[in-house]
Amino acid sequence: MKPASFDYHAPRQLKEAAELLATLPNAKILAGGQSLVPMMNFRYVIVDHLVDLGHVDDLRGIAVIDGRLRVGAMMRQRDLETAPEIVRHCPLLAEALHHVGHRQTRNRGTIGGSLAHADPAAELPAVCLAYDAVLHLASIRGLRAVPFREFSLGFMTTALAPDEMIAAIELPIWRLGHGYGFHEFARRHGDFALAGAAALLDIGAGNVVRRAALALFGVAEQPVRVDAAEAALIGKPIDAALIQSAAAAAWLIEPISDIHAGGDYRRHLAQVLGARALMDAARRAGIDL
Amino acid sequence: MGKQATRISVNGKSHARVVEARLTLADFLRHELGLTGTHLGCEHGVCGTCTVLVDGRTARSCLMFAVQANGSEVTTVEGLVPDGELSVLQQAFIDNHGLQCGFCTPGMLMTLTELLRDNAAPSEQEVREALTGNLCRCTGYAGIVKAALDAAQRLRAGSGA
Repeated sequence: MKPASFDYHAPRQLKEAAELLATLPNAKILAGGQSLVPMMNFRYVIVDHLVDLGHVDDLRGIAVIDGRLRVGAMMRQRDLETAPEIVRHCPLLAEALHHVGHRQTRNRGTIGGSLAHADPAAELPAVCLAYDAVLHLASIRGLRAVPFREFSLGFMTTALAPDEMIAAIELPIWRLGHGYGFHEFARRHGDFALAGAAALLDIGAGNVVRRAALALFGVAEQPVRVDAAEAALIGKPIDAALIQSAAAAAWLIEPISDIHAGGDYRRHLAQVLGARALMDAARRAGIDL
Repeated sequence: MGKQATRISVNGKSHARVVEARLTLADFLRHELGLTGTHLGCEHGVCGTCTVLVDGRTARSCLMFAVQANGSEVTTVEGLVPDGELSVLQQAFIDNHGLQCGFCTPGMLMTLTELLRDNAAPSEQEVREALTGNLCRCTGYAGIVKAALDAAQRLRAGSGA
């Protein structure tokens, strides 16, 4: 239960971090450590070099630029949870963060680390999928912007090259007055979710749905946008019956089945939680349901 | 491979050491400094017995390397109050049967110290949510929750608030 030996590096600049990651053999990034260090303690992961991003100021910060919220990858989850800009502009993210792990893990865990680790039961990847976030990836080759749908490739697999790191995450800000909803089901608060849903709704005149996003997590190998549910909602006047029938589209997912929950149970949870998240989103958008 | 100079302030006292990079903060506290109040229950971040404060925030010390705490202030259970005394929270644990074997207790105290510092009047639900990252096998949590609420009340009364 002790990790294997490694050399530790604590760069202060993003450029230095990228160079270390590119040139050191068998090197990994240390962000919050809440997922990586357990694996190192089990010796499930053995590295020769650890590049700690904890002192790279370039990777912190929150800014609103051109209708997008830009968050540094090393922002601690706890700092995001309470940040006024997040609560105001991306309340779905603030809500989801309450469900990520526990206070102790959020104090150290980072948004970038969670996205790079890409656990199928994680909340933050699903939130980024709901927002169609854009990730800014950094390496010695420079920066590249990758839409989240192209970033998430499969079970704990992302588009990150071995010498690449997430530098920042950009979330498009939905119209003031939009609704959001977030629900997850776990055996205990803070446990890995068996299933979860993140919803965004923009509702216009006549209660007509202008935009909709519904992302599920915990149910498949990566988070899933329920395109069929969104299509069923857009352009229609919102009500409880429409939400229920739209959420039923969650049955179409390809669920994972394991010792924690079978596939059909996950499908059922996906529909129930999807409906609840959409109901909350509609209410928060001012609709009386 | 991997030895590093580091300087960590623990309970107000600065310690300079050369340690392996792979030495966890928990093992640094326990073996380098002899502060065995911080416990190891799982070493993979689920049980909370290793909880300490790093720069004022709770952290699982089994998931941090000592070298990451270079330049930081760490508070362990031994540092909550001067040796020989008991904090209001610790006394509340005694008075409310908040411990049996005591193994989870240091971690519980650190987590609740952070909670009560940030929220002087938590509801029972808020106490229970704050404790989700700390496991107890003996008490069934009821005494711990009572102790936390009792301590909160005593602290409010004591401060004249």
